Amino acid sequence: MSELLIKNAVVCDPINNVNCEKMDISVKDGKIVESVSSGAKVIDAGGKLTMAGGVDGHTHCAGKINVGRFMSPHDMRMTNVPGLSGKEAPTATTRAQVGYNTPNAFAIGYRYAKLGYTTIGEAAIPIIGARHTHEEFEAIPILDKFGLTLFGSNWQVMEYIRDDEPEKLAAYVAWGLKASRGYGIKIVNPGGGEAWGWGKNVSGLDDPVPNFDVTPAQIIMGLAEANEKLNLPHSIHLHCNNLGKPGNYETTIASMKLLENLKSNRDRQVLHVTHVQFNAYGGTSWRDFESAAPQVSDYINSTDHMTFDLGQAIFGPAMTMTADGPVEYANSRMLNAKWSNMDVELEDASGVVPITYSPKNFVNAVQWAIGLELALLVDDPWKVMFTTDSPNGGSFVNYPEAYTYLMSAKRRAEVIEGFPEMALGRMNIPGIDREIDLYELAIMTRAMQSKIYCMDTKGHLGVGADADIAIYDLKPDSVDTTVEYAAVKKAFSGAAYTIKSGEVVVKDGEIAMTPEGRTYWVNAKMPQATVDAMQVDVAKKFKKYYSVSQSNYMVEDEYLPHPVEITTEAV
Amino acid sequence: MVVITDAICSLCGSLCDDITVTVEDNVITNVERACILGRNKFVGMFLHDRIESPMIRKNGELVDVSYEEAIDEAAKILVNSKRTLSYGWCSTSCEAISKAIQLAEETGSLIDSTANVCHGPSALAVQEKGGPSATLGAVKNRADVVIFWGCNPAHAHPRHMSRYSSFSKGFFTQKGRKDRKMIVIDVRKTDTAKLADTYVEIEQGSDYLLVTALRSAINGHEDVIPDAVAGVSKEDILELANVLKEAKYTCVFYGMGVTQSRSKYKNGDGVSSLISDINQHSKAVMIGMRGHYNVTGFGQVATWETGFPMAIDFTRGAPYYNPGETGANDVLVRGDVDAAIISAADAGAHFPQDSLKYLAKIPVIQIDPYANPTTELSDVVFPAAVVGVEAEGTAYRMDGISLRMKKLIDTKFKTDEEITVDLINKVRELKGGA
Repeated sequence: MSELLIKNAVVCDPINNVNCEKMDISVKDGKIVESVSSGAKVIDAGGKLTMAGGVDGHTHCAGKINVGRFMSPHDMRMTNVPGLSGKEAPTATTRAQVGYNTPNAFAIGYRYAKLGYTTIGEAAIPIIGARHTHEEFEAIPILDKFGLTLFGSNWQVMEYIRDDEPEKLAAYVAWGLKASRGYGIKIVNPGGGEAWGWGKNVSGLDDPVPNFDVTPAQIIMGLAEANEKLNLPHSIHLHCNNLGKPGNYETTIASMKLLENLKSNRDRQVLHVTHVQFNAYGGTSWRDFESAAPQVSDYINSTDHMTFDLGQAIFGPAMTMTADGPVEYANSRMLNAKWSNMDVELEDASGVVPITYSPKNFVNAVQWAIGLELALLVDDPWKVMFTTDSPNGGSFVNYPEAYTYLMSAKRRAEVIEGFPEMALGRMNIPGIDREIDLYELAIMTRAMQSKIYCMDTKGHLGVGADADIAIYDLKPDSVDTTVEYAAVKKAFSGAAYTIKSGEVVVKDGEIAMTPEGRTYWVNAKMPQATVDAMQVDVAKKFKKYYSVSQSNYMVEDEYLPHPVEITTEAV
Repeated sequence: MVVITDAICSLCGSLCDDITVTVEDNVITNVERACILGRNKFVGMFLHDRIESPMIRKNGELVDVSYEEAIDEAAKILVNSKRTLSYGWCSTSCEAISKAIQLAEETGSLIDSTANVCHGPSALAVQEKGGPSATLGAVKNRADVVIFWGCNPAHAHPRHMSRYSSFSKGFFTQKGRKDRKMIVIDVRKTDTAKLADTYVEIEQGSDYLLVTALRSAINGHEDVIPDAVAGVSKEDILELANVLKEAKYTCVFYGMGVTQSRSKYKNGDGVSSLISDINQHSKAVMIGMRGHYNVTGFGQVATWETGFPMAIDFTRGAPYYNPGETGANDVLVRGDVDAAIISAADAGAHFPQDSLKYLAKIPVIQIDPYANPTTELSDVVFPAAVVGVEAEGTAYRMDGISLRMKKLIDTKFKTDEEITVDLINKVRELKGGA
């Protein structure tokens, strides 16, 4: 029975409507409690900013990232962000660390913890590759993990939607989540992964998928309805069609509108659109390319059925990795960059291509602006998840730098100064004076995640929450975050304390201990008769088309040594 | 009698997972669907030279000792070594590989896999140009053209062609072999080549020339191609290029004829570039024909744990990677290590003579189920369970799909993982006491 008392914390906890108020936090057995005994270990926060542990709801941390590592040994010695990148020898507490955009698994755990993050979500798990994802999860220390399972180009999904079998579709999704030990439904360029099987793509929501006679719009709707039928804790998580193409904002808004009338039994959005920066492009080509963040933001402000994340771009080298196979091939040809690809049988595709975002390149400068514009033009921070789609827009170790862009117009002006003239006319950020405060930052980096993933023990510091706590060396009552951005960046780059499940894992920006994290997955229950009917179809897939046996496909319990199983009942 | 279905064959990189094994009184008495290589591994386990006891070389002879004595002796070698070479770890589980990496990290060793003498250049090619690939089931369902380049699955991966490639039937390839054009590029007419629709015989060491000519043709520069390249006529090259452009889906399977012949990694770099070029016209991917059943797993685990797939040097603490300098044979030929631990691979049978001469001079620790030429060079020997038969664990197929190998029978032997963990603990104990 371990007890901890954090005294004099200036707590920023939006879920509980606490805005930088001085208070004590009591921790017992890894949970936040009302009070502790006088024997509790005491940490004096000394008036420092205290938040729940951060939650990164969309990052590439396990699975496909290994392809990125494999093809980029140069990344291992990059030291772009001192203290949070490059090579470090092992210590008595830590394993050896390498990398910047594609750090080794140990470094991912340590560095997120240093930033005060305690939970991360892998953005894309192919079911047949899920065992690998969970092996890497197990190698990431400290953090709790969850992953989203890819369904958007899955043959069984497309066939059930085409054949109008919504019950079997829901049963299949539930089975796929179980097979992959996934947390929710990820849809990447719906139908595009299958088209890429023939070197093609789909052009928009109504372009039928070759050989399957369904459209991307039908795939999105079908899976969204299955999602709500299963009462999953997260909504569908959508990477829209036409990512990365000038003019794609129209597809993005049309995709958002599709789900306006869908209802959920749960208290959350019915749609999360991911890394919208890459999908809010105006113009018709790279010549007249411009920000369409205002159009997208206007739409998001007009509705309450959805949330989104940024996919903020960070200047410097990055590594793009996505299940959007055709996009990565196009990237490699456009950038003349090395290209890795994986066509995943019956399920999807993927690719990995390195990229560098330069402030001197007008397209990159506009991309940088679009991410910030989306965050600043959408009025309600509860709709905005802060991400860089790490490492697509840039490595997560740049989060503290990116916070300063959101929090300080002065800081933004400094960056914009280096942009080419042509870029300035294509963006709106110079005219935006909104500056995010610490409360809004806490919403975008932990509190809204608690809501959109229905993780009621994460992202806040109320009684009953997991004792995942970050204390930053920043005194809210005396710092002006709009001006003192260097102090803000420093404080968020190395937490004074990061506490995970009640244990001090980071102290003064250094790793203090490395407990193993847990893995969350969703076991959605469907009526047995439907499951049995679905299984007949799935068995045929394995008999004729898969290259592995069904019994060897399901991720075994051995790969989740610390599982947290969330069960749901279908409506 | 126990019948185990969907067992995974831990022989080659095909990792066939449809094997039915019958066990009677802890002996495997029947194996269904495995090829002759796999079957011999399952059934013939005790027909080979199993190492029966831990051994230490005393006065030139390996003599049986207790397990504890062998652990003690091996740990002393590791602690006293300035720089140990840890090599192999490919016919074992990912769990054992992970522990081997931890041991290397804690002892400041250099760790490398069998890729050093096999597909290592393929990794370098991916680092140059990327690896456009697919799962084997994608090939089975889609590919109407398969190319075997410098590889001979008829002998090395006997069920590959029926399960995944030439003969396999899939969703868009219902007629199997009849729906598919099979091309073999090699320096001699192998048994695989005899099954091909088109056999392209090239001059030894000229793979890069042929790749370049094919790229020229596919990219519309046929005027620069001379009358013959690599011993192949321009006409045949143009025809082959046309097949690739017209195909719906091409997979190039490539082997050591590509990776270990002249031009080495530049060949793989060229094939990767060729694949990218073909994708301007149709769809194409490439897959390396990996040999040891879990050499792919070594690359995967090493990459997520250290950032690098092979040739990882912990001498300076943080991992350092420079193949050509830090590869197993690089350091052996230079005499740059003073001890070696070799597991789940047979350096003695496969390394060049200069490397072996040096291995004979330094203390060598072996962990392996079987006595082999490496045993003759070893000073401390640990018998191990056969992973995939006597022990469970994870392995990666040649296409990067991981599967859980089953334990089929009980054994008295410890697993590679257990032995490595015991070594880690003993090394810590000795270091702590120093």
